[in-house]
Amino acid sequence: MDTKFALGGIDYLVMAVYFLFVLGIGWALKKYMKNASAFLEAGRSIPAWVAGLAFISTNLGALEVMGMTGSGLKYGMLTTHFYWIGAIPAMVFLALFMMRFYYGSKARSVPEYLKLRFNEKTRGLNAILFAVMTVLASGISMYALALLLENVLGWNFNISLFASAAIVLAYTYLGGLSSAIYNEVLQFFIIVIGLMPMAILVMSDVGGWSGLQTSLAPIVEGKGFAGDAWTSTWKYTASASGNPLGVAWYGIFAGLGFVLSFGYWCTNFLIVQRAMAAESMTAARKVPLIGAIPKMFIPFLIIVPGIAALVLMNDPLKGFALPMNNAGQPIYDYTIIMLLKQYLPAGVLGLGVTALLASFMSGMAGNVSAFNTVWTYDIYQSYIRPVTGNKDADDRHYLKVGKMATIFGVLVSIAAAYIASKFGNIMDFLQTIFSMINAPLFAVIFLGMFWKRSTGNAAFTGLLGGFLIALLHHGLSVPEGATTLVKGGWIAPLITYPVEMAQNFWTAIYAFSAATLLTVILSLLAKRTKTDDDLNGLVYSMTPKLDDSAVLWYKRPWFLAVIVGIIMIVLSILFW
Amino acid sequence: MLDIRFPIGLMFSIFGLIITIYGLATIGHDAMYVRSLGVNVNLISGICTLTFGLVMLFFSDPVRKLLKKKNV
Repeated sequence: MDTKFALGGIDYLVMAVYFLFVLGIGWALKKYMKNASAFLEAGRSIPAWVAGLAFISTNLGALEVMGMTGSGLKYGMLTTHFYWIGAIPAMVFLALFMMRFYYGSKARSVPEYLKLRFNEKTRGLNAILFAVMTVLASGISMYALALLLENVLGWNFNISLFASAAIVLAYTYLGGLSSAIYNEVLQFFIIVIGLMPMAILVMSDVGGWSGLQTSLAPIVEGKGFAGDAWTSTWKYTASASGNPLGVAWYGIFAGLGFVLSFGYWCTNFLIVQRAMAAESMTAARKVPLIGAIPKMFIPFLIIVPGIAALVLMNDPLKGFALPMNNAGQPIYDYTIIMLLKQYLPAGVLGLGVTALLASFMSGMAGNVSAFNTVWTYDIYQSYIRPVTGNKDADDRHYLKVGKMATIFGVLVSIAAAYIASKFGNIMDFLQTIFSMINAPLFAVIFLGMFWKRSTGNAAFTGLLGGFLIALLHHGLSVPEGATTLVKGGWIAPLITYPVEMAQNFWTAIYAFSAATLLTVILSLLAKRTKTDDDLNGLVYSMTPKLDDSAVLWYKRPWFLAVIVGIIMIVLSILFW
Repeated sequence: MLDIRFPIGLMFSIFGLIITIYGLATIGHDAMYVRSLGVNVNLISGICTLTFGLVMLFFSDPVRKLLKKKNV
């Protein structure tokens, strides 16, 4: 199947307008970048709705969009678990219980919260792992973008890579975190407006939701599942084998709904940074809730069209097919590309392509803007500057360091992109490894925020121990049919899981449990190192309750949280 | 600080304008719209995008300030 788009002049015009605005926003924000806080923390001045859209946009990178449409085809509506049970409870928890400590403690990053609550070495461990993870992620996304531009638009790989890196560098260097956040909001609207025509056309082509259900039944039954397995979310999760995801309800609940999602949404600085940039405490607490509302509807834009693609693939009259890889397997990640190609004529096609471009670039910018903050505050200011000069040097020095870190981050990302193009497996492997820190990190931060007894040394050991347990489990387990050691089993393939998803869930569950156990036991064995006074603003029981009575009732975080909860329950019942 | 609604409004108004005009210019080009099930998706999508852009512009700080000044 040919993946090339036939773009017209009109499509290039749309793209050019977008690039002009991206750079223009960076330029317009340049005059506000007078100190390190403005550059690295957006001066804590972003309105709640802007930060809220940026909050979900950061996660809506192009790799996510492409992957989720492909997953819609492979797993059907079960993919929505990543947007509902696998995101919403964690976002609500972050908003109601955790944001006040991140925001109120005056920490400038998640690693810095660890330093204030625990000790320097816990921060150091987290900061270094996080810094490496962000440049890896940005490099992988850069590589994927250049590859996509080569395959779809026929552009030169090297030129695409350097041009996109240069644009991202230009606007993050000019406008810092504010620029990254503004462009994420821009990206959010382009994704919605650019993909909507495709989503509507594909659904009307298959006869709407009911037409989709009818046409899917024989196809899905042919695969050995119930006819409505692809259009249900919880119905067939009583056993792992009854649904295409290969995970039972308790696995979805505990693995995805708790460990993986809380580890991601509540502790990943890339995400939390958006809420920490909000203009006030109330705004910061509302950010994840405002983001949660559009988040719940994104599946209709990217997952449902993927499910419809399964019908198209099985109808020879539609002439729809996915490109194949060297092993003769369909490349599911190209589902959304092929859908855009199938339905959009020149004009709106330009908007669709721009939407993908935008999400690639803002994904990179997000990583770079989180990297430069952690580098400047958590690595440079705490480890390098004390040796080379005055620790509390003027702020202007840190602004310069932040800007240099931005350039450095982009350069390392380019290098990572080239490594990914030569040794893709190694990069995937490294990314899997580094993301294993999330589950133990959540355990440690959770205990830190809600249990005053937990100590710094215990937290450090818990974090490291949980990470090592995750590594050990990954080394000892394989998903069925894995052909490379990247997927696990590099020590010995003792445990076999039916699908990779199940392996991921269990890795996270083991890592989380180990980190919790270690931190609790070691904390109980040691003396407390911080007094109640030290923990004011850092631990739930040691911090005065927030008084929302000055805020109108319908503007309070609790009220928003209830609305978010109701929408999620209604959606889950509708698509049960 | 810069009100984000202004650049968003401006950009989507331009997008909307470009695509609406293209949609108008391609009325009757049925071959081109076979893939979009016979619908002139540029025209519809362009008008929606333009509307969204204008609404954003209308509510943005610079435009509201301008309107206020004129009323006074």
